[in-house]
Amino acid sequence: MSIIVQNISKSYKTKKAVENVSFEVKKGEIFGLIGPDGAGKTTLFRILTTLLKANEGNASVLGFDVIKDYKSIRSSVGYMPGKFSLYQDLTVEENLTFFATLFGTSIEENYDLIKEIYIQIEPFKKRRAGALSGGMKQKLALCCALIHAPKVLFLDEPTTGVDPISRKEFWEMLKRLQQKGITILVSTPYMDEASLCDRIALIQNGLLLKIDSPENITKNYDKVIYDVSTKNRHKLIHDLKNYPSQYSVYTFGEYIHYIDKQMKFNLEELLQYLKDKNHTEIEIKTAIVTIEDVFMDL
Amino acid sequence: MEKEKIIAVQNLTKKFGDFTAVKNISFDVYKGEIFGFLGANGAGKTTAMKMLIGISNPTSGKATVAGFDVKEKAEMVKKNIGYMSQKFSLYDDLTIKENIQFFGGIYGLSRTEIKSKTESLVKELQLETIINSLVGSLPLGWKQKLSFSVALLHEPKIVFLDEPTGGVDPITRRQFWEMIYSQAYKGTTIFVTTHYMDEAEYCDRVSIMVDGKIEALDTPKNLKKHFKVDSMNEVFLKLARNVE
Repeated sequence: MSIIVQNISKSYKTKKAVENVSFEVKKGEIFGLIGPDGAGKTTLFRILTTLLKANEGNASVLGFDVIKDYKSIRSSVGYMPGKFSLYQDLTVEENLTFFATLFGTSIEENYDLIKEIYIQIEPFKKRRAGALSGGMKQKLALCCALIHAPKVLFLDEPTTGVDPISRKEFWEMLKRLQQKGITILVSTPYMDEASLCDRIALIQNGLLLKIDSPENITKNYDKVIYDVSTKNRHKLIHDLKNYPSQYSVYTFGEYIHYIDKQMKFNLEELLQYLKDKNHTEIEIKTAIVTIEDVFMDL
Repeated sequence: MEKEKIIAVQNLTKKFGDFTAVKNISFDVYKGEIFGFLGANGAGKTTAMKMLIGISNPTSGKATVAGFDVKEKAEMVKKNIGYMSQKFSLYDDLTIKENIQFFGGIYGLSRTEIKSKTESLVKELQLETIINSLVGSLPLGWKQKLSFSVALLHEPKIVFLDEPTGGVDPITRRQFWEMIYSQAYKGTTIFVTTHYMDEAEYCDRVSIMVDGKIEALDTPKNLKKHFKVDSMNEVFLKLARNVE
């Protein structure tokens, strides 16, 4: 096990940020903490990277205790915090050199590990970090977290506010780092990224709600979801919410996701209901369950 | 029915020294429309938006927003629009009530107007019991909903939303979009940027900016048809190659 978390709790004054959380991350795994802003993800990261002490519970990283062996943890893990953490008034190259020096290494020594990512920002190596675009900042931050060849990588919302293209590229980079044997704990508010992890933990309001592989989580969802669309979307949401046996109704991309309370749900009846409500271009079909659907029903 | 143009952009260009951030873009947005303004990081979205809200002068070209020229009548533009973003929305160290009063004052509302607006807004968002709590203590999703309502205090014809839902949980994100829908239904024009491609599907029309230019502009349905794909995510991936 690369990371072991046992019954960790942390409060800030009266507010419980993390409550009795336990999970384990295997060596070489990409493990995702999936949850919205305020779920407790950052608190967990800070505890595991030895920047914050838990009120209760134990945690270890690479066999080192987060309290007793904090120095060993700090030298063997890489941490990319959620807020951009680099020195805005140093250049790309200066930032990287700075982090390498801190860990007693050099850019050259571990260049292999960062090469693929670094060549994308190398043309701008004389530019100040503060003047980089979002995607480039994110790549530089990853290089800085990798420069001392860590065995475990902690990435706190690395893709928040990043466009879909850069997000896709970022996940491809993570897969390549995984192949080099690096264990990755990553958090994200984007539910679609959950499916790219080996295992995920769904977290909300400080509580871990589910831990499993993304496939198992969607496979074990016990309700049937229907994709519904008609010409007038705004009216459709309203009418579906007034359908007597509705369990939940919410927008999902181009469709509305509809779940019925009854086991023996009659699709024809719903179709007739929508026709009676003067809907046109009606389409109803069984939807593919996603992590986002499961999350919303927790 | 003649569609009323609320934003008209013609050959709008912005240069910073040798670098052209926005290259000759033209488009119209109609009254009551939900207009999605998409693009990769660094594609020029923010620069374009800054010109439209009257805080950055175009290098060349023309844009009118709510009937006012963004260059000549920037102050009138600002009075007639609402604006909210992820980065700047409300003051964390003021209470909910104080924020509403403050922004009401900024927008030039009278005391009676502010009073009645405060009441109706707080009631609609079900914040009655915590009206005197600091905004900083609210969860992000609540803050964003409040921020949206505050941006609408002066009943602007158009509201600009810059990544309003980043990091917000899936349920609150949808509640936020329901607010957007009902506002558009009342005739307010919505100009919105987002990195969530499912939200792009919720827009009436979507434009995609690549490298300073608008590369596509149509309904989500037509865009998907045109690029022969099933989702806006794929449309985006096909179009917006990384240009950094």
